Amino acid sequence: MNDMTRVERAVDSKAIKIAANKVQVYYGDTHAIKDVNVEIEEKTVTAFIGPSGCGKSTFLRCLNRMNDTIDICRVEGDILLDGEDIYDKRVDPVQLRAKVGMVFQKPNPFPKSIYDNVAYGPRIHGLAKNKAELDEIVEKSLRRGAIWDEVKDRLDAPGTGLSGGQQQRLCIARAIATAPEVLLMDEPCSALDPIATAQVEELIDELRSRYSVVIVTHSMQQAARVSQKTAFFHLGNLVEFGETGQIFTNPEDPRTESYITGRIG
Amino acid sequence: MALSWLLLILLALAVIGFFTGRSRALASAGGDARELHSLPSYYGYNVALSALVPALGVLIVWLLAQPMIVNSTVSSLIPEQSIPEGSDRGLIMSEVRRVAVGLDGAVAAGAMTEAQAQDANSDIDQLTATLKDAGQVLTQEISQPILIAAQKYRSMTSTGSVAMQGIVLAVALLGAAFAYIRTHKEFRARNVVEQAVLALLLLAASIAILTTVGIVLSMFFETLNFFQLHSWKDFFFGSTWAPNFRGGSELSILPLLWGTLYISLIALLVAVPIGLFAAIYLSEYATGATRAVAKPLLEILAGIPTIVYGLFALLTVGPALVSMFGEGGALGVGWMASSNAVLTAGLVMGIMLIPFVSSLSDDIINAVPQSMRDGSLGLGATKSETVRQVVLPAALPGIVGAILLAASRAIGETMIVVMAAGAIAKFSGNPFEAMTTITTRIVSQLTGDTDFASPETLVAFALGLTLFIITLGLNIFALYIVRKYREQYE
Repeated sequence: MNDMTRVERAVDSKAIKIAANKVQVYYGDTHAIKDVNVEIEEKTVTAFIGPSGCGKSTFLRCLNRMNDTIDICRVEGDILLDGEDIYDKRVDPVQLRAKVGMVFQKPNPFPKSIYDNVAYGPRIHGLAKNKAELDEIVEKSLRRGAIWDEVKDRLDAPGTGLSGGQQQRLCIARAIATAPEVLLMDEPCSALDPIATAQVEELIDELRSRYSVVIVTHSMQQAARVSQKTAFFHLGNLVEFGETGQIFTNPEDPRTESYITGRIG
Repeated sequence: MALSWLLLILLALAVIGFFTGRSRALASAGGDARELHSLPSYYGYNVALSALVPALGVLIVWLLAQPMIVNSTVSSLIPEQSIPEGSDRGLIMSEVRRVAVGLDGAVAAGAMTEAQAQDANSDIDQLTATLKDAGQVLTQEISQPILIAAQKYRSMTSTGSVAMQGIVLAVALLGAAFAYIRTHKEFRARNVVEQAVLALLLLAASIAILTTVGIVLSMFFETLNFFQLHSWKDFFFGSTWAPNFRGGSELSILPLLWGTLYISLIALLVAVPIGLFAAIYLSEYATGATRAVAKPLLEILAGIPTIVYGLFALLTVGPALVSMFGEGGALGVGWMASSNAVLTAGLVMGIMLIPFVSSLSDDIINAVPQSMRDGSLGLGATKSETVRQVVLPAALPGIVGAILLAASRAIGETMIVVMAAGAIAKFSGNPFEAMTTITTRIVSQLTGDTDFASPETLVAFALGLTLFIITLGLNIFALYIVRKYREQYE
């Protein structure tokens, strides 16, 4: 398992979905992300770990250009999605975000019914020709979000009335409903209890069969449980990136080892 | 001794009380402030407050009660037969007060001695002449009973104020002494001062509330007077507004209410879309720098006095509308005869309400959590889709509340409609006609020579009370909605 050659062969076997090359992010004068190179594979869960403020969430938000909504934020370098630069002038960030969905740290259902929450994306992107198709998309997404059985009898109830764990799974279902190719998750379990966390983790593992998932997490156990690849960020640098098993058992960089064993962070 | 001297002495007592109380507390603890229950200054404040508060309370009650007691005593001195035909006791009493003030003034100016002023048998003609020479204002001939009453009035007032000074100072000294004796290191001065602060805050809050109650009650009693003189059925259900000071008026609120609501509706049709769109721009699209300039500029509109808006309506908007819709105007339709019209008043009032709507809506839109916007943008929605489908629905109850508050402003607005709406009370749907509102009629019924015993004047209070109840109802409803909305995100 720790044999480097075998690890690299495994990496090569999957296509690269997102390739980030020498990415720099500045918040005003602060250099938040320094020279990060990452390759995110298809149908893989990639975990970003690191201490608070190390830039992992910032980098995650670069991948669907959510940082565009922050005035003082500036991104340099190339991020290629399927070989196309997402920061190219011809790319519409709105279209990009339909392809690269996002689930946030705090569950943020809209103050609408459960049905309308899930139907929101398909409606604005015109994914359904008629009501029947929309119903089908909603049901499929809620099923994949592992929440269908809990809400199927009350689709008209407000999404804000669900419990925290249910709300987060609803948000995941909502993100899935627009049929993204990549799903970004920014600490999706930080507001959840262990049972809801287990449900969401199980869900992430299932999502791997269709999407590439990038998850930011503070819990190293979670990263070890759900991800195949792990990236360790520290002070804006990508310190180490590799097979999850390797990072957790035999890290190359002393900083990674210190973090994982609890000495820094 | 004047009132200001009394107040200064009280203040001096309080200051002395502060320092003596403080030093007594320190002495009781052997000079070590840490031995005290409270900080030394709390003991000082306790003594100062004990000197000041009861004394001021007595002072205020005395100042309110004394004129009443003096008035009723003096008034009973005036025999019934000395009241001339066509006058009444109230008029005589005001004459008595005038003579008393005149005597005071003449004595102070040295035109007569104190003994002369108190002499009940002095020659009235000579006295009148002396008073007039001293520059005192007298409106009618002084008669013997008036003079006697005035002298009684003077003596009671001066005895009263001497007694008041004595009692107030005694209360202050007693209060200070009581607090001074209680001052000891175990005494919880801090808690007592805390109670005093609480009482002060409570007093401030209750003054505001009591004033409102007072306003409502005064309007209510005048309204009752009105309904004794005029049928309430005509007021609430009649169809004509035709006040006639010679009697036989028809005083119905309905045509006025119609004018008020119609003008308010036009104002809201102008203010709500413009204000709301301005709020959306400011909160969702404008950069920080734009917002910092544009928001205060928009809010300047709210600071313009409404009379200036009225002038704007009268001189600019009205004529401009006539040149568009009037006879021989740009559109050639000839709908509008005069610049005083519902449309003129409504448009200008709408402009006045824009900052009201935009400022409140802006706050409410900003209160929608950023995570909602992120969620929508993260699904690939554009900014305007996010605003329309997520932000506005989330902010809707609050925006409705803001609109209702604006509506109650519009209904109660006076100056713009006085200057721009006209004075004809009628039911009409034509916005180019002049119409009138409740507020303009209140103004016109109460300006000029008024007789507060005729229904034509008293109707103003009934109109005012109705208006108050309508706007109060709207405000309560609006606040209820706004509050209900705020609970969602906290």
